[in-house]
Amino acid sequence: VSLAGAVSGVGSKPATPTPCAHCGLPVPLGLIDEGAPEQFCCHGCRSVRRTIESCGLGQYYGMAADARGVPAQPTGRGYVELDDAGFLDKHSLRVADGVRSVELVLEGVHCSACVWLLEKLPRVLAGVIEARLDLQRSLLHVTWQDRVIPLSRIASTLDGFGYRPHAGRDAHARTVRRREDRRLLIRIGVAGAGAGNVMLLAFALYGGQFHGMEVEYARLFRFTSLVISLVVLLWPGSLFLRGAWAALRTRSAHLDLPISIALVVGMLAGTVNTVLDRGDVYFDSLTGLIFLLLVGRFVQRRLERRAADSVELLFSLTPAVARLRQGDRVREVPVDSLAADDLVDVLPGDSFPADGTVHDGESSVNLALLTGETRPHVVRQGDSVFAGAVNVGRVLTVRVATCGRETRVGKLLTLVEECSRRKAPIVQLADRMAGWFTIAALGLAVATLALWFFLEPSHAVDRAVALLIVSCPCGLGLATPFAVSVALGRAARQHVLIKGGEVLEKLGRRPRRVPVLFLDKTGTLTDDRLSITSWHASPDADARPVRAWVAALEALSAHPVAQAFAVEHEGGEEVALLKSEDAGVEGRVAGHQVLVGSEGFVRPRLRSLPDWCETARRRITERAHTPVWIAVDGAMAALAGVGGALRPDAQPTVAALLARGMRVEVLSGDHPDTVRSVGASLGLAPELCHGGLAPEDKVRAVEDAARSGPVIMVGDGVNDAAALSAATVGIAVHGGAEASLAAADVYLGRPGIAALVEVFEGARRTLSIIHRCLGVSLAYNAVAATLAIAGVVNAVLAAILMPMASFTVLGMALWLRSFDGQGRSCR
Amino acid sequence: VSVIYVLLPLAFALGIGAVWAFVRATRSGQFDDLETPAHRMLHDEEPEPKQSTDE
Repeated sequence: VSLAGAVSGVGSKPATPTPCAHCGLPVPLGLIDEGAPEQFCCHGCRSVRRTIESCGLGQYYGMAADARGVPAQPTGRGYVELDDAGFLDKHSLRVADGVRSVELVLEGVHCSACVWLLEKLPRVLAGVIEARLDLQRSLLHVTWQDRVIPLSRIASTLDGFGYRPHAGRDAHARTVRRREDRRLLIRIGVAGAGAGNVMLLAFALYGGQFHGMEVEYARLFRFTSLVISLVVLLWPGSLFLRGAWAALRTRSAHLDLPISIALVVGMLAGTVNTVLDRGDVYFDSLTGLIFLLLVGRFVQRRLERRAADSVELLFSLTPAVARLRQGDRVREVPVDSLAADDLVDVLPGDSFPADGTVHDGESSVNLALLTGETRPHVVRQGDSVFAGAVNVGRVLTVRVATCGRETRVGKLLTLVEECSRRKAPIVQLADRMAGWFTIAALGLAVATLALWFFLEPSHAVDRAVALLIVSCPCGLGLATPFAVSVALGRAARQHVLIKGGEVLEKLGRRPRRVPVLFLDKTGTLTDDRLSITSWHASPDADARPVRAWVAALEALSAHPVAQAFAVEHEGGEEVALLKSEDAGVEGRVAGHQVLVGSEGFVRPRLRSLPDWCETARRRITERAHTPVWIAVDGAMAALAGVGGALRPDAQPTVAALLARGMRVEVLSGDHPDTVRSVGASLGLAPELCHGGLAPEDKVRAVEDAARSGPVIMVGDGVNDAAALSAATVGIAVHGGAEASLAAADVYLGRPGIAALVEVFEGARRTLSIIHRCLGVSLAYNAVAATLAIAGVVNAVLAAILMPMASFTVLGMALWLRSFDGQGRSCR
Repeated sequence: VSVIYVLLPLAFALGIGAVWAFVRATRSGQFDDLETPAHRMLHDEEPEPKQSTDE
């Protein structure tokens, strides 16, 4: 599969490339089949097109206006785990007897033709009642008869179409959330309708104030507004009242408190004045306020939800399925149903479903996700293997020892949960200010009451009420949600998913102490795939293309080290593999005998050992890379260093972070020498590069640092997950393990760490926007309060001043730039 | 001007009707997905064995 991607990239040179008949990417010259009517860039695209056409849906290709641009990669998996009764209970809903519905997240959905194709599913599969696609969220809602067709058939059909499906987690929780969203929308609608109508009535009343109005009608209008406002306050507005009540009971500061005080006082005064037929009423300002504040909350919640959803979808990717061996048969079963002493097959490229020992076979295992160690380990019969590790060599049969929570990964996940529980929630800036705000407003109101009691007792209550109403912190309540949601939306467009407003606040705040940034090495700073990091050719090398020969030979081997060479393979040489073992390979390429392998494999077969080998080997091992010996016709031709290559953006990013005044350190489970050498190439002192750390050590390092200041942890593996959740802010990088995605607050959806700088910069700008908005809002409140104390505020003035303040703040939050498009060019 | 006693309840009733329609639409999920329907309406309906496409 990865080969297909690499190959299609190579073929982009010719002047008029032939587009692939499925994905539209240029077809590599070598794959063009002159006789065929359609050309394909890879096997995946060919099989998807065949499947779609065989279902009678070939029309799809006529309507897809824009090219898909991503080669299809059908996996051919069975998806049996979806048929498990426990799974269905948890993740799907029973609609009626024998009818269920489920939400599937699809990879590769991109345009309107996909909507057409996917919604034709009922025509292709008998038993599927309905399929509806939500294009924006790539969510397919399927209703099907579970006795007629198993969900696994539906999933594998989708897979065959080139949309890899993942079951959306926890159908019930999703339904509850959707209902909550709808309820909030209804509140907004009702509040908006109420506010609009009250405003119409208020206009008539204000007109009456200036030009005279019959008392009878004024009274009618006031009573009508009172009724509407009561409905608005008690239905949509109850959200704030409940929030304020909760804040009072827990004795915590919350913005809902001063808002509710203004609402309730305004409402009471209005009711009394209406009934007694005297004084001002503020119904229009109050209902408008409820409407605006609800809109603010809705917007923020939707964007936070979208980021959280996207991350959750990323980590519902687990193939929670194992290949259980029963006698001679192998069948796919859900991981949960495994028990000790079961035998499971693990295919190359798959991860181990449980901890256990190798029962049969020999292979290499990559523990990178678990320990951060890049170099694959060779395992033989009797060796231990761990859940989460990836089998990179050949098929292994494993005897299960422990599974689920009891595995090493399972224990790590428990640690992650503990760390996230210990993490103190942050009180948002607006809420922190709310406490002072309430005290100030109430204090001023009492002072006003006292002052006017001596000056003019009949006005005292009115003045105090007016003060409480105009000092309602609506700007405060709007500034944060809008600034935050604009920032989250812009960040998401740049593939940075941020889980909430608090994260921005933590990242953007200028800390009193120097923030520490811990970077994981494997997968974060370096690529977790091996690649050739250095090439030392023999000094008396001739023009023979040794490197291409090695590539050709290694392309025939499945060993992880071989992959580093094989990516350079272009084809053309005549190759014969003579011998292949874990230590190396021997073959004939273009008529020459070629040996590639470890020292122990190659050295005994050499005629002589030249001097340059020793220096070259030392140079390679100094950088903690693995030397690979290459001999042609019995003479040393080259020594290659193989290791995890530093990502190209690592060095500039680290430099930029250091320039921002951060303390950057590297935490890794890899060998200390390797870590130090990576650190050195980033310009970090050796004492800042910590190697050989177990996941628990990482957590300890993070917690120690957290005691003296904010800590930001950047990582990708399961071994980083606990540290990510213990840090002030955890950032997971592209391609990370599910556990790290779940634990992190920010997810970088682009490969590399270049987006880190943007995240910090964007968060800082967002916070400064919030600060400015709060400043404006407070200034307005100060002016309004002064006017109220002076006794010039009446209902008309309040109705003008309050929305003005809200809209100023809103405009500032929307137009000021937080995350701007700068980063888009680096994609 | 006493016509207001007729008009106001009438306007009130209309308003309540609109709010009720909005609440119903929201509860039935019409505002859940605002993007896909715009694409869906572009696809021609072919003569085919009747499938449930109503919602």
